[in-house]
This record gives sequence, structure tokens and C-alpha cells, in this order.
Amino acid sequence: MASSLLLVVLFLPLVVALILLGIRSERVGVHRWVSLATALVTFVLSVPLYWFVDHGRSDFQLLTSARWIPSLDAGFRIGLDGMSLLLVLLTTFTMPIAIGASIGVVTKREKEYYVMMLLLETAMIGVFVALDMFLFYVFWELILIPMYFIIGIWGGQDRIYAAVKFFLYTVVGSLLMLVAIVWLGWYAQTMTGHFTTDFVKLRELAPHIPLDVQRWLFAAFALSFAIKVPIFPLHTWLPDAHVQAPTAGSVILAGILLKLGTYGLIRFNLDFFPQSAIEYAPVLAVLAVIGIIYGALVAMVQPDMKKLVAYSSVSHLGFVVLGIASMTHEGIQGAVIQMVNHGLSTGMLFLCVGVLYERRHTRDIAEYGGVASVMPRFAVLFALAMLASVGLPGLNGFVGEFLTLIGGFRSPYLNTWAYSVVAASGVIFAAVYLLWMFQRVMYGKLANPANESLPDVSRQELWTLVPIVVFLVWIGVYPRPFLQASAASSRATVEKVLYYSVPQKVAHDHRQRIPVTTISERP
Amino acid sequence: MMHEWLQASPLVLLSIAAVVALIVDALTPHSERYTYRFSLAALIAAAAAAIATIPFGGIAFGSMIRTGGVSSVFDLVFAIGGILTLIAARPYIAARNFEHDEFYTLVLYSAAGMMLIAHAQNLLITFIGIEVMSLSFYVLAGYFRQTVSSIESALKYFLLGAFATGFLVFGIALVYGASGSFDFSAIAGAISKGTLHFPRLLPIGIALVIVGLGFKVAVFPFHQWAPDVYDGAPTVVTGFMSTAGKAAALSAFLPLVSSVFPAAADNVRTVLALSAAATILIGNVAAVVQQRLKRMLAYSSVAHAGYMFIGLVAGNMRGLTAVVFYAAAYLFMQLGAFAIVAILERDVERSLQLEDCRGLSARHPMLAALMALFMFSLAGIPPMAGFFGKYYLFAAAIESGYTWLAIVGVIGSMISVYYYIGVVVFMYFKDAAETAVSSEPEQIERAARVPLIVSAAFVLLLGIVPTVLESWLANLWK
Repeated sequence: MASSLLLVVLFLPLVVALILLGIRSERVGVHRWVSLATALVTFVLSVPLYWFVDHGRSDFQLLTSARWIPSLDAGFRIGLDGMSLLLVLLTTFTMPIAIGASIGVVTKREKEYYVMMLLLETAMIGVFVALDMFLFYVFWELILIPMYFIIGIWGGQDRIYAAVKFFLYTVVGSLLMLVAIVWLGWYAQTMTGHFTTDFVKLRELAPHIPLDVQRWLFAAFALSFAIKVPIFPLHTWLPDAHVQAPTAGSVILAGILLKLGTYGLIRFNLDFFPQSAIEYAPVLAVLAVIGIIYGALVAMVQPDMKKLVAYSSVSHLGFVVLGIASMTHEGIQGAVIQMVNHGLSTGMLFLCVGVLYERRHTRDIAEYGGVASVMPRFAVLFALAMLASVGLPGLNGFVGEFLTLIGGFRSPYLNTWAYSVVAASGVIFAAVYLLWMFQRVMYGKLANPANESLPDVSRQELWTLVPIVVFLVWIGVYPRPFLQASAASSRATVEKVLYYSVPQKVAHDHRQRIPVTTISERP
Repeated sequence: MMHEWLQASPLVLLSIAAVVALIVDALTPHSERYTYRFSLAALIAAAAAAIATIPFGGIAFGSMIRTGGVSSVFDLVFAIGGILTLIAARPYIAARNFEHDEFYTLVLYSAAGMMLIAHAQNLLITFIGIEVMSLSFYVLAGYFRQTVSSIESALKYFLLGAFATGFLVFGIALVYGASGSFDFSAIAGAISKGTLHFPRLLPIGIALVIVGLGFKVAVFPFHQWAPDVYDGAPTVVTGFMSTAGKAAALSAFLPLVSSVFPAAADNVRTVLALSAAATILIGNVAAVVQQRLKRMLAYSSVAHAGYMFIGLVAGNMRGLTAVVFYAAAYLFMQLGAFAIVAILERDVERSLQLEDCRGLSARHPMLAALMALFMFSLAGIPPMAGFFGKYYLFAAAIESGYTWLAIVGVIGSMISVYYYIGVVVFMYFKDAAETAVSSEPEQIERAARVPLIVSAAFVLLLGIVPTVLESWLANLWK
């Protein structure tokens, strides 16, 4: 029952998208409202999943497993644990908002637009629920196609450049991951006699891969995910994609797509290759800290609001990566909750920028000033999003950043508190660039006459912004339901890394459990 | 006796049909409509026979011909390729007022030649098959005899092809001299038992055979002819040549890889591996800079031959299955793409440039969507057939210890994504230029849509449910 609910949540958007394909494009209303309704229904259906998943268990639940390609043992295997549950809910929550914010704003080729949005939703949920590497990869790449079209057709001035860059960056990373996936399958074949891409089987086997090969596999996975996060210095596609994408596209990019990378780092890199993860932890942490500071400094000097928010993403995701690299319970819990937080607050910031852009058709900070006096209600909402993003205690951003910094302090693998100290200064920078931007846009004198008669937020815009505010406050004040959901799985990951962090134990274990076929003996 | 004929029925049917068509054409001029229908019926019958004969594997006709099994799967691929080509070709050549009986007859002949290659159990049969196929293609490439580029293409193809055939014959002769047999299993047996008459001739012979066949597949360093020939030939012919023709030449490698090469020497695999790697890289890099759509697809087809070579290098069951699977998947995506190019060319009346695709999604939403599907599939993006084909090939390569070759394949794919999505950029992201041809959406005949829809359906089917073909194939090697 519960597992079929998960199937419905996964495929409902896809099915509706296929039905919409058959409806003539002139019937714009049908496309708009049916896709919005679908996204809402998907969200409503996904909420009970929270209770269907037993938060005390770290294994996968609501499993569905069907044969697909028996010769390669690629199966249709899906399921949820606490961590993927949160991210699925984030996805289903964000989609109706993104679609709702597009109605009336997107004016060309609306049919294709909404079809792409629904296709994207299935693909994103698919990545989070896939328990088979082959299936995971299929969903992972499937995301590219709709996102590529969303940026390329409905984007801004330089949309083609941004779309192609986005596509190429992601493909380059993911194809190397593909080689690693196939290699893992082959390793399973040499160990157990059967090629497989079953996630659960592979994660038992993968830590036993000889370390010299494991490092390469870790790197192949990490590269793919680092591009998606993006981790400095692979972030250059992000500002282009964010700025050129339509508002809803930016919301989805920031809200969900970036989380695919960090999710992958936890799920695959830490779980499959704990020994390599320990080795690479300082590298990841250094890059994370550079990302935090660099993203903040670059954000500070942006004249364009959307670009500023885009660079702030680089900075905020740095905290997530730091939390992951710490490989402590606090760090990973912080990373997961920070993923959700960033999705909410940055998504909302993009929506706010979109609200202003729809009125003035410019995102130039210098064009604004004193907007608060003509749009008072908007000012409150914008301020909330901004403060959440800054990490003000009482709003959600604080919880995640605080936990990741603690993780960085206490990590036995990073072994120094320097990372957290430097990273903490990123919080201050965030306050600087966001508050300064807010001040220049919203306060001061109404210098530009074009701003004098801006209408305040419409009902449609309220409907998209207020639901986010609820969660900003909820997570800020009472984060327990959210933290509790992912606690068991994050603890399991941490314990696994800890188990393999003791070298003798690894060697011992290695001898004990593995038949004596090693890499040198391949045909 | 009778059952031999039944087992080899796809081949027999098509050969007889080709001869009948040729004779009837000679006696009744201007019977295009009937030749078209007859050829189509013959190919459909051959396809049905191919499906029916798959379980009946064996050796027939005095151990000259293998029947059933993988040979029948290849027959099916060639027959479907022929059917799609015929349907796409009719409006294409009719639009140029150049419809003649010979076209259909030659397609039949070339398909019969391909089947002969796939059925060969004997080097002589391989040779005859290759000649029947190639001679038909030489003529088909020059089918538009008033067009300079078509004639140039045919001439180039003929001269170089004849040269390569020389190598092949010479190689076959040396192998025969060394082993005393044309039969694949007899050659392999002689090598492994050490009963060769002239052991020194064998490596030279095998090398020359590889050169001859490598030319037909168009792998590095024998790929130079492919872009020119593919570019100049009539587009529908190019589609057929670069898919079914390529698959046929690859099928000639299968018995060699599975029986002769392992017995001969290990460094044959190394040579094939290096050739595959170079083919993938060169084909993809050269495709990036092309402005002409057909030429770009021609270079990319060189690269795809390289991918399929990976499966030959692996040489194990999974590798050979992957080759056949990829050949089938490639047939649909490439033939579909060429069928679209053929339709678009009608508006342009010159070789199609990427620029001509501007705003295609507004003019012909259906064509643009299908073209995008084929491009994504060629680029290897899931869930299209091209992705699973590559996955299978890479799995085979890693399984047989050629991880580096899989990585080269992946790098090639990365490069290829750039130019494949470039087509999508022009179709979807750029609006039609002022100078664009025929802003009025032209009606596409219903017949011309059939090959597109069929190809697209198979590209998705083989991508989402690859087991329909793959599990079938895997059972055939046992």
C-alpha cells in the first residue's frame, strides 16, 4: 500500500505529462491548471510518506523491486530512507510553487513548458528514490533534457550559452560516473559471480574494493556530484544557468537540482567508499571553505540581484559540503537540513527577485531603491527570505549552518577546527551581501520614478511565497520533526565510515569476507 | 535438404526476389510503382522469415552458410533497414523527378548481399556478400547522375572500395594458403592444432583481411572515404549505407572474433582496441566542426563504428551481444535522423546546413521533436536506445579488462554531446532567420512519416525495455 503510494508519487507527473502531450497547445488553460493540479496532488500524496517511513530505521523502506534487465541485474528498485524522504518532500513541495509562479509569467509555448516541468518532477523524485545504480543514472540524465529546454527556450538573453554550458558540464561529470557504475557492477561479478547494479548489494561490496582502485571510483562519483553541487572550482555553470533560467527554473535549480549533488555525495561517496572518503575529506573541506568564502565575496560585488543570489548558493552549499566532509552525525544532519533550508530560502529569494523582475524587467540593483514604501507586504516577505538565508536564529538557515559548523569542529577526520572557523566567517559575509542588497533595493529614497507606482504582491504571488514562510519559521523554531526523519540514516552512514576508519580492522575484515580474487586476476 | 532452404529462407527469399525484380524491370520499363511494392513485400517477407528462423541455428549448404541465430537477427535488422529506406526513399526521389525501378532493385540486392555476409561460414561467402553489397552501393551512391556531388561520391567510393577489396582478397588468399581452408571453424581448428601449412603467412593474411573489412566498416585509419561518400550520396542511400551497410561489415567480424582471432594471437585485440579508440576520437572531434548536417552525421557515424568495435575488442559473449544490439539501435536512430534530413532537404535544394534547422520546432514541431529524440539517443542520453547500447558495450569492455577503452568511449560521448545538442539548439532555441526557406509549413506525405515514427518507436522501446532484443540475443550464443 505504502510502496504503491510512492510509485504513484513518482509516476503521476510523468503520466499527466504524456496526457498533456496529446492535448492541443491552443488550450492553454488546460495545460496550466492541470499541471498545477498534478503538482499539488503529488504533494498531497507525498505527505503521508513521512509517516509511512519508520524514522527509527536506517534501512530502505517502501521498497518496490521489479526485474528490468536481468542479464545486467539492473532492476527497477526504489525505496526511501529518512534522508531521501526529506528530499522527496522538498521536491514535491517546490514543484507546485514553481508551476504556480509560472502561470501567466511564461507566455510562449506553454504546453511544452508544463510538460517539461512535470517530466522534470518525475526525474528528480526518481533520483532520490532510486535504489539501483542503473535506474539512478537514467533518472539523473533524464533531468538534463527538460532542464536544458527550460533554460534554452524560456530563458533570458544568453540562454543558449547557459543551456549548453549546463548540459555539457553535467554530462562530462556524469559519464565518468557511468564508467564507475559499470566498474562496480563488474566488481560484483568477480566477487559474487553476478553483474549487478543493485544499490544494496553494491554498498556491501564496495568498501572491500582495493584502495588504489577505490580512490579512482570515489573521484569519478565525486566529480559528477561536485559539478552538480557545485563545488568550487566547478561552479562556473551555475551563475549562467541561474541568471538565464526563467524564475521557476531558478527555483528548481537552487531548490532541488543542486541537492542532487550533495545527496549523491552522502549516499554514494560516503556509503560506498568510506576509506577513500576519509582520505579525501580534507580536500572536500578545503574546497567547501573556499566555496563559502569565494561565493560570498563574489556575491558581494554583483550588480545583478539574481546573480547575487546565484553566488550565494555557491556559498551556502559550501556549508553542506563541509558538513558532509566532517562525516560526523552533527555534520551530516546539518548538511541534510541545510539542503532543505537552502532549497526553501534560496528558492524564495529567486521568487522575490522574479516578483521585482516581472514589474520592472530589470534585475539591476541600482535601478531600485525605496521599494519598501510602495510594496510594504512584499518587503516583509523578501526580508524573511533574506534573513532566513543569512542564518538568523529563529529562522531555518541558522539550524543547518550551526550544525555543519559543529560537525566541522568535532570531526575526527578533519582533525582541526580551522575549517569551521574560516567557514563561520562566511555567515558574516552572507549578512553583509544580503543585507546590503536588501537595503539598496528596498530602503532609501524612491530615486527612480519608474518605481513609484509598483503594485504590491498579487494574490498569486502570495500563494507561492507564504507556504514557504511557514516552513522557514517552522524549521527555525522546531526543527525536530525534520532532523528526526534523517537521524537514523545519517547515523548509519557515520558509523559505517567510523567502522572503516580503523586500518587494521579493514585489513582483517578484508581477508575474512572476500574470496581471493583481486583486480590483478581479471581476464 | 529441404530444411536447409527453409533455414536460410530470409537470404534465399531476398536473393530470388532481387533477381526477379531485375529481370522484370528490364522487360517492363516504367513500372516503378509495382517494383516498389514488390520490393517492399519481399523485404517484409524476408523479415518475417528472419523472425521465424531465429531458433533454427545450424550450418547449411556444405558448411558454407550459417543459419538461424545471430545471422537471422542480422537479417531482421537489414530487412527492417531496407523497408524503412524504401518507404523514406520513394517521396524523396519522386520529389526530384528521378524515380526509376533500379533504385528499389538495388536496395534489394544490397540487402541480399548484407544477409550473405551475416550468414557466411566461409571466407568466400563473406567476400561474395561484400561485393554484392558494395557494388549495389557504388551505384546507389551515384544514383543522382546529374548531380556532381553524387557522382563524386560514387567514384570515390568505387575507387577506394575496389582497392580495399583487393586487400581483402589477398588476405583471404594468404589465410587459405596458410591454413588450407576457407571455413572459419576449419581455419580456427588448424591454428589451434598447429597444423598450418605456412604459419608465417597467417598473420599477414589476417592483417589484410582486417584492413579490407575495416575499410567497409570505416574505422581508423580506413575511415577517410566515409564522410565524402556519405555526404555526396543521396540522403536516403546514406542512411541505409551508414547503418545496415555498417552493421553488415561488422557482422563479418563476428565469426572472426569468436573463432579465428582468439586462436591466432592476442595482439589482434590490441590492434582492434587501438583502432576503436582512434575511430571514436577522430570521428567525434571531426564532427564538432561540421556545418553541414549530413557531414556531421557522417563523421558521427564513423565514431559509432568505433563504439561498436569496442564490443568486438571485448570479444566475449556480452561484447558480441552488445555489437548486435548497438547495430540495431543505431540503425533506428541514424536512419531516422537521415530520413528527417531527407525531408528537410526538399525545401532547401542544397546540402542541408545546421543554419537551415533554425526555428524548425515552430515550422515542423513533429519533425523537430523526433530529430531531438534521435539526437539525444545518438548522444547516449537515457532512456533512449543509444544509451543502453553504450552501457552494454562499456560493460563488456570493462568485463574483458579494457577499462581504458570504455573511458575513451565515454570521452568520445562527451564530445559528441556537444554537436548533437547543437542541432537541438538550432531547432528549438534559435528563431527562424529572415532568409529562411519556406516559412509556410509544408505538408509531409503520410508515407514519409512512417519510417520516422517506426524508428522513434524502436528507439524508445529498445531504450526503455532493452530486454526485448537483448535477452533474445544473449540466448543465441549458447
